[in-house]
Amino acid sequence: MAGNKGRGRAAYTFNIEAVGFGRGEKLPDVVLKPPPLFPDTDYKPVPLKAGEGEDYMLALKQELRETMKRMPYYIETPEEKQDIERYSKRYMKVYKEEWIPDWRRLPREMMPRKKCKKGPKSEKAKDTGKGTSLTNTADVLKKIEELEKRGDGEKSDEENEEKEGSKEKSKEGDEEEDDDAAEQEEYDEEEQEEENDYINSYFEDGDDFGADSDDNMDEATY
Amino acid sequence: MTQAEIKLCSLLLQEHFGEIVEKIGVHLIRTGSQPLRVIAHDTGTSLDQVKKALCVLIQHNLVIYQVHKRGVVEYEAQCSRVLRMLRYPRYIYTAKTLYSDTGELIVEELLLNGKMTMSAVVKKVADRLTETMEDGKTMDYAEVSNTFVRLADTHFVQRCPWVPATENSDPGPLPPAPILVISEKDMYLVPKLSLIGKGKRRRSSDEDAAGEPKAKRPKHNTDNKEPIPDDGIYWQANLDRFHQHFRDQAIVSAVANRMDQIFRSLPVGYNISKQVLDQYLTLLADDPLEFVGKSGDSGGGMYVINLHKALGSLATATLESVVQERFGSRCARIFRLVLQKKHLEQKQVEDFAMIPAKEAKDMLYKMLSGNFISLQEIPKTPDHAPSRTFYLYTVNILSAARMLLHRCYKSIANLIERRQFETKENKRLLEKSQRVEAIIASMQATGAEDAQLQEIEEMITVPERQQLETLKRNVNKLDASEIQVDETIFLLESYIESTMKRQ
Repeated sequence: MAGNKGRGRAAYTFNIEAVGFGRGEKLPDVVLKPPPLFPDTDYKPVPLKAGEGEDYMLALKQELRETMKRMPYYIETPEEKQDIERYSKRYMKVYKEEWIPDWRRLPREMMPRKKCKKGPKSEKAKDTGKGTSLTNTADVLKKIEELEKRGDGEKSDEENEEKEGSKEKSKEGDEEEDDDAAEQEEYDEEEQEEENDYINSYFEDGDDFGADSDDNMDEATY
Repeated sequence: MTQAEIKLCSLLLQEHFGEIVEKIGVHLIRTGSQPLRVIAHDTGTSLDQVKKALCVLIQHNLVIYQVHKRGVVEYEAQCSRVLRMLRYPRYIYTAKTLYSDTGELIVEELLLNGKMTMSAVVKKVADRLTETMEDGKTMDYAEVSNTFVRLADTHFVQRCPWVPATENSDPGPLPPAPILVISEKDMYLVPKLSLIGKGKRRRSSDEDAAGEPKAKRPKHNTDNKEPIPDDGIYWQANLDRFHQHFRDQAIVSAVANRMDQIFRSLPVGYNISKQVLDQYLTLLADDPLEFVGKSGDSGGGMYVINLHKALGSLATATLESVVQERFGSRCARIFRLVLQKKHLEQKQVEDFAMIPAKEAKDMLYKMLSGNFISLQEIPKTPDHAPSRTFYLYTVNILSAARMLLHRCYKSIANLIERRQFETKENKRLLEKSQRVEAIIASMQATGAEDAQLQEIEEMITVPERQQLETLKRNVNKLDASEIQVDETIFLLESYIESTMKRQ
């Protein structure tokens, strides 16, 4: 009652002077929209610290960033299509060491377990690994000799690596280890996959690796 | 975890480990502890990839696992540990200042790999140091070992929790996950190894000549046939110890500045006589900063460093500095005034600061909306009527520090995003310049004339070079800013942690 200034007139419920506005003074404008995204600042930021230590840490930071990308811990996502295919890209691929964690320190469920394999070739690899490993090696060696005679240098290299991979497997008989090695062998294949038009799973083991098809183009292939 | 922290963690994980690890890591930070299958289901990622990502995260001490009842293993992310990745350059540089290049590389290898055995670290560091030495010289393993032992003795590196050696030969059902143990007394115990050898230089025949696809190289190194003597004993960098060092550094430099202010004319030598030392200590104790307190007269006077107060002062100084740089020196004066007097009314602020009412009001409100200052209500009557209530301005250091810390996280996230944007914008140009460099390098290796080299260099035009220069300058600035904002983060976090501990 005592606080009413008169009917119909706006009155504040509190003492406006306590907040710092004088009576009857024009109040600042009401804000109608969000503040600008990049407001002008009256005060420019202080320049960065510069010195030996700071420079060194900067260089370290940038180096670390590059190094981390090359470490095996950096898991690549399948790359999006590049704008232009570059020939030199093929020769600048970074060689990444493989990292195998210490399984003794990790929960058992962490170990990769591949029950279903992706393709006839890999299935064969797993089967032959468990069974007659010696004959498999012998077969492979024979194939290598054959191919060497035909002078197909590229393919024999691939055979070589496969032989290494499967020999490795024949040493380890354990199931768990088998899985690991099988995974390693798969990794082998992927790593050695060359960027050419041949799909790896197209040719089965034991078939001639199209050594003919390069030479005799006039013959029809069935 | 606040949104700002999660965003920053996401950027850091993605830069260092790629998108898959980032997806899993961020998911765990958001949701808390989860088992393997739930993670795969919720993120829509294949089980295989989740396993790989978790292995990486666990290796780097960013995720821990716990076995719950019924054998379910749950994984939990440590958000604050992820944020520490910002500080890696500082840790490595500190190791360099304390233990020179050898120490620097040891800490760098440990940070890059998360955990390593001592033998692996020594070998890797010896190889790296040998690379930088003159032809014919190599780094001996013993020297690296010594530095490692020193780092362990001063607690800058520590052992990771280990799998306890089980005495029972009865296999029984294997537990779903090993329970790792750690004991205080063994945490810095260096295994007795006799590491003999020298660092190996990478032979030039090992390096690929340009043109040879790297896929042809045999995958397996032939030199890990010998059994590892300290198998299973892993080491990691002890970040807390580094933090202790940073804190001490900050306090020492703050005090040094203070002493400089007061005693610029006095000579400071190593042989300070007892009297002079007494004077210094008294001055320090009486100093309003209250870093050093006198806690009794036994032995001629016991002086104690009040760490919490020291951290508080540092945090307050940071706040003052921010207010000054953001709002101007008159605002800063008002801020310091309110800090000093604890609670002030509007009118009192105007009087004490000697600033006209209108400006003072404006400044106070600016700081209020920025949450540097807060209003405290003191009612005169029980009905809290606004016309009969005191409104006092005050600075709540803890909450202002929290607000500023949150802002720092946002700032760094913005800096990283901007840097990535700048790099992406110039991606094509960067790739071109990398290719040109690769070509020049291979040409130099095979012996090319200067004229040819120059021709190749001219493939990058002058305006392109300028663009690259600008890009480099900008990226450097952004990177340097990140490092410096992290310094502020460290101070504020230390203060907040110290305050929370006392409550």
